[in-house]
Amino acid sequence: MRPSLVMLMDTPDDTLAHEAAHGSRNAFAALLARHYDRLHGLCWRLTGDRAEAEDLTQDICASLPTRLKGWRAEARFTTWLYRVAVNAAHDRRRRAATHARAASGWGAWEINRQAELAEGAALQDWLSAAMSRLPEDLRDTLALTLDEGLTQAETAAILGIPEGTVAWRMSETRKRLRALAQEEESTP
Amino acid sequence: MTRDPQDPLERLAQALRDGTPAPDPVARERALARAMENFDALHQENPATARPNQDRPKQRADFLSGVRTMLAHLTSRPALAATTSVAALCLGLFVILPVEQNRPGPTLDPIATPAPDPIATPAPGPAPAASVELDPGEPAITPVPATPEPAPAPQIAATEPAEAQFITADAASNAVAPAQTRVARTQESAAASPAQAGKAKLRAEFAPKAMPLRQPDTEAFANADQNPVKVTTETPVSTFSADVDTASYAVIRSSLMAGTLPPAEAVRIEEMVNYFPYAYPAPDADEVPFRAAVDVMPTPWNKDTRLVRIGLQGRMPAIADRPPLNLVFLIDTSGSMEEQDKLPLLKQSLRLTLDQLRPEDQVAIVTYAGSAGEVLAPTPASDKDKISAALDRLAAGGATAGAEGLELAYRTAAAMAGQGEVSRILLATDGDFNVGIADPAELTDYIARKRDQGTYLSVLGFGRGNLDDATMQALAQNGNGQAAYIDTLQEARKVLVDQLSGALFPIAGDVKIQVEWNPAEVAEYRLIGYETRALAREDFSNDKIDAGEIGAGHSATALYEITAPGSPALRNQPLRYAAPAAVTGTGNELGHLRLRYKLPGEATSALIETPILAGQGGNDADARFAAAIAGFGQLLSGDKYLGDWGWDQAIALASDSRGEDAFGYRSEAVGLMRLAKALAGQ
Repeated sequence: MRPSLVMLMDTPDDTLAHEAAHGSRNAFAALLARHYDRLHGLCWRLTGDRAEAEDLTQDICASLPTRLKGWRAEARFTTWLYRVAVNAAHDRRRRAATHARAASGWGAWEINRQAELAEGAALQDWLSAAMSRLPEDLRDTLALTLDEGLTQAETAAILGIPEGTVAWRMSETRKRLRALAQEEESTP
Repeated sequence: MTRDPQDPLERLAQALRDGTPAPDPVARERALARAMENFDALHQENPATARPNQDRPKQRADFLSGVRTMLAHLTSRPALAATTSVAALCLGLFVILPVEQNRPGPTLDPIATPAPDPIATPAPGPAPAASVELDPGEPAITPVPATPEPAPAPQIAATEPAEAQFITADAASNAVAPAQTRVARTQESAAASPAQAGKAKLRAEFAPKAMPLRQPDTEAFANADQNPVKVTTETPVSTFSADVDTASYAVIRSSLMAGTLPPAEAVRIEEMVNYFPYAYPAPDADEVPFRAAVDVMPTPWNKDTRLVRIGLQGRMPAIADRPPLNLVFLIDTSGSMEEQDKLPLLKQSLRLTLDQLRPEDQVAIVTYAGSAGEVLAPTPASDKDKISAALDRLAAGGATAGAEGLELAYRTAAAMAGQGEVSRILLATDGDFNVGIADPAELTDYIARKRDQGTYLSVLGFGRGNLDDATMQALAQNGNGQAAYIDTLQEARKVLVDQLSGALFPIAGDVKIQVEWNPAEVAEYRLIGYETRALAREDFSNDKIDAGEIGAGHSATALYEITAPGSPALRNQPLRYAAPAAVTGTGNELGHLRLRYKLPGEATSALIETPILAGQGGNDADARFAAAIAGFGQLLSGDKYLGDWGWDQAIALASDSRGEDAFGYRSEAVGLMRLAKALAGQ
């Protein structure tokens, strides 16, 4: 019997992923519905642009059927999914760079910030400025650690770095933000 | 994380949380719909992870299927960006991949059943390759999934029979498919291999135990159904290609050592049997590159049948006269190679070969990955320190960039080649065969062309989980090389040191074996193993048909189980309506063995013929051991023909026939059989 959508509501991710990988349409649909919003949030944090985030999320979703085939249940489904997301975001950035469109995402925000400073969209500007000042690796790490469901170990696994590096990156982020804050105070 | 409002990190975090926009329901719907479309398209014609059997023609390891899998591992990062053209992926898959049916419900392995009807409606979708292949200079109009555009693929898919997928010569499918598959596969691979270091890390953290093979993983094995019992009067002739590969045995060993029985499709009995050295008589005349030895002996698992063992022994040219050798190590240094049983083992292994080389030999090292390029320019083998230092410097890391690794390796080899020298590329990888050529047909031609120009290719596989056996076979077969799987330093020594000369100096090419059985003496026969090496009867004397190579000192063994007329072991009843074939007396000839081979560089084959006589040869330890290993393989792959004969008998037979066993290979095999027995009994 084909499991119905309702029956799948409480099924763990990993089971759904396994079934989806083997052709269960309902399992796949349930999995998508369950994770779209979280994935979208992560994509937004990774790209810093609403439209970009939507596109990226859609790309990831659209590629999932194929990618699931390679899913080996080595990690939690979310860990795997986020790894796919981070990689897709990287690819997107790289392509953007290739196409000389580096001024997108957080970079575009930085440019806009210069223009909008006068109008004073303070918090958002501060956010975009802060994010665009951070190197990509710190930004990615931050984007992941802000996902409530992820442990530091999983963040590390997604990024393929040791756990210690995650901690280091977070403290590095903090350090840079402090420097940025001081800079802003000194140039009112 | 403490929530300190003064902490700038916390402030940023809060801003990010607050700033996260709610997903737009329209965008959400669109994304989910697109994903479902792709899901449906994919599962209407199920792709590469399919059962190796379905994917394999009954002949040799199919090149294209290997290439398909290779493309699955194409991890050129720029191309990965093509996540937008996901529909291209579906279209691409639709054209290339075997047709399989949707399969609801939980299953234990990724094997899907073939669909009876290949006609499926491909999902209309965005334009294919276009969005990936954008000229870097050209500004991307929009990064959004491309606007739907009619793609050429669906028409072709719909009008061509599914079989067209397998035919290399099929211009249409070749023309359209590869480009698209490349896109498709690139995307697929993002899941499997991108943050390579991450993969290694993940394994370490989330899969501390050895990975059970039964899980869906990306290993692909070359195999075909077991050879059935044939009735001599119906099919008196059996034809196959020689095979000196041994990869299957090492894969089986690594599975057993990890505590799992290997999947049946990983078992290739001929490769298990060929793993062991046998004391076959060496050819005496210089003009014949190898010699065939035939033995007839009782079958250990059936007292009413006999085993015929055909052993080919390649000539061992005097090592002193061997031509200078140009070796190019083409090494995968992608992040996934970081694991202990990959790059570190590879370095040790290659270092072992250095002692076997002579001052006039040359070595070069080319890597493909983030650090693609020539790591060591051609260096005389006498400069061991320099080569060794270059090996030391190799580090895994970075994504597998779309390097031109293979081309660079061939170019390097060409630059090194001198008159009368032998050039060979040793490709060492864990399965990410991203060698820089995207088009399967092009790659076929390329490797074959280089082979014809005298540069051969061998493949060494490392690590498990991602290992792509089918591709290894396909690459090595097309490159006139050997595919070996290296799991331990001892195996490295066996492959690279003990058999270095054999692996590197071919003495006969396109070696084909044909046996015509005499129905008066043999009513039924069965070839044990060689399923992936079967040839059509008429291909035997067709010099255009490629077959296996035999290297210096190599030996190859084939076993037939034969049943005499009137034996209680006969499995087929005589036909009621067919007149029994007239059988002419030919003394005690069981059959007639014909061998065809080409000397290296020659286009026409030579023929060796010899009758197979009852009572020929002895039931020596070598023959009994080979039979024990054949039994071992059949036990692992689901035996149909062994009756009551089981693990205990196999172990006893192998144990008694170990012989001299100078290298301990046979003792190791007995140990593995004990392990397998314990695992099978669970």
